[in-house]
Amino acid sequence: MALQTATQGTGAQADSVGLAARLGQNRTFLGVLFMLPAATVLILLLAYPLGLGVWLGLTDTRIGRAGVFIGLENYEFLFDDSVFWLSVFNTFLYTVVASIVKFGLGLWLALLLNNHLPFKAFLRAIVLLPWIVPTVLSAIAFWWIYDSQFSIISWTLIQLGVIDHYINFLGDPDMARASVIAANVWRGIPFVAITLLAGLQTIPQSLYEAAVIDGASPWQRFRFITFPMLTPIIAVVMTFSVLFTFTDFQLIYVLTRGGPLNATHLMATLSFQRAIPGGQLGEGAAIAVAMIPFLLAAIMFSYFGLQRRRWQQGGGD
Amino acid sequence: MDYLASIPRKVVTVYIPLAIFLFILLFPFYWMTITTFKSNEELYNYEDFSPFWVSNPTLANVYKLFFETSYPTWLWNTMVVSVAATFLSLFCAVCAAYAIERLRFKGARTAGLTIFLAYLVPPSILFIPLATLVYAYGVFDSNWALILTYPTFLIPFCTWLLMGYFRSIPYELEECALIDGATRLQILIKIMLPLAVPGLISAGIFAFTLSWNEFIYALTFISSSEHKTVPVGVVTELVEGDVYHWGSLMAGALMGSLPVAILYSFFVEHYVSSMTGAVKE
Repeated sequence: MALQTATQGTGAQADSVGLAARLGQNRTFLGVLFMLPAATVLILLLAYPLGLGVWLGLTDTRIGRAGVFIGLENYEFLFDDSVFWLSVFNTFLYTVVASIVKFGLGLWLALLLNNHLPFKAFLRAIVLLPWIVPTVLSAIAFWWIYDSQFSIISWTLIQLGVIDHYINFLGDPDMARASVIAANVWRGIPFVAITLLAGLQTIPQSLYEAAVIDGASPWQRFRFITFPMLTPIIAVVMTFSVLFTFTDFQLIYVLTRGGPLNATHLMATLSFQRAIPGGQLGEGAAIAVAMIPFLLAAIMFSYFGLQRRRWQQGGGD
Repeated sequence: MDYLASIPRKVVTVYIPLAIFLFILLFPFYWMTITTFKSNEELYNYEDFSPFWVSNPTLANVYKLFFETSYPTWLWNTMVVSVAATFLSLFCAVCAAYAIERLRFKGARTAGLTIFLAYLVPPSILFIPLATLVYAYGVFDSNWALILTYPTFLIPFCTWLLMGYFRSIPYELEECALIDGATRLQILIKIMLPLAVPGLISAGIFAFTLSWNEFIYALTFISSSEHKTVPVGVVTELVEGDVYHWGSLMAGALMGSLPVAILYSFFVEHYVSSMTGAVKE
């Protein structure tokens, strides 16, 4: 806009140059100008689709046919749909179990890596690998590891004499749930560990020295120094972890596609299945929208948790 | 604290658990790699061959992957989409981060918060409405469908990361330039960007790996084999019926992982420090 004004009309050139210069000084104008590219993309392809998704959830749109407004019918239908409720249950089970295990093992790994070790940088680098490699591709490796006839886990356990027949990792409902959770944990540990490690390294060493002089046990040092100092970063990491686990799609799609008997269907995979191969875009959108309240709850929980923590510590903002 | 622990104790409390962690975290990659180089007779025969080792390595699976499937096309598509989406996102993110962090215009705080919230909107909620949009804009089943939609999660991430980086550059430098009569654009291009190169590199690598990883959009918006990306191609086309060609599947997974793993290994220090930096903010 500044350029347009500057090149407009020859008579008022001096004036418009002045205007351009003034606009060039105006922070608000410049701010809006600099925000424009990002805002355009995010409004057109994020905010608008988000609203459109809510709208689609209120219609009976199918692939290849525009839908009409049907109010809450999709939700009423889902309310009576046992597969939907099973997917809600699975999503919670998957999120809660995987997040807790990821947190526990991630914290442990972070504490291990926080010791004085040889090849520290190298260790950090290889620990992150499961997080870097595309999820789908590592999930395929897990698929092969979990194979019903050639699973290396079953083979090893049989050789060791622990079991006497091959485990049907992805064919049995409970086993399949455990298997996908294990794969998710495997992928998530590095992220939790490396970020918590960064948090650990910001804790002043003098606190530990003082505690040692006062005779604090290792557990007390962890409980009263490490954990409180780490709380803010734990809140951030766990919000992310919960959010991404809750909306996971790739791993399930590759390993089980929701089976056996829908035992591993998450809300995201059910939404995909109903909308794209099933063609019921409206219903799929309704399932996706049903995830939003849970996501908001997770964000609020960690946000207020963090605020309360700060307030306890006497910090203002 | 270290000096309190004796050596044998450290072996039990640190080295052994760490070794187990490393074994579990790396085993799937090891398994992927040796499966790639096994011949079929060796692959399914645990009686005569040790499953943990390759007795007669072969390149047959890799050969099959590159010469008998569309894998090279998928690699090329993934590369094109990732590079284009990364540059588009970096451009938008640099402008936005500079505006929020340095111009401090009215509403800058709100804009910053909105960008952060945008990062929390998961693709698995957006893919259905985006699919209808992609179809309506006429870019369905083309690289453009992905180049245009990936920035929705890349821009918030890069902006957030670059905001932190810009904050670390002393404001005095900019003040001096302002007094000398430089415009904001000149300041951004001539002062901020050169100083922010490490931040730009890590944002770029993050964006590139995130694009390379993306699955649900690519699965939904692309239907023909010639436009698929590596993750989608491997899952939808290398898996044929009930017979799984594990050798070439693992080769596909390995070859698809290598580019990001190699790129990442060059910049690992950047990566780790900026990832931890971004979370600390």
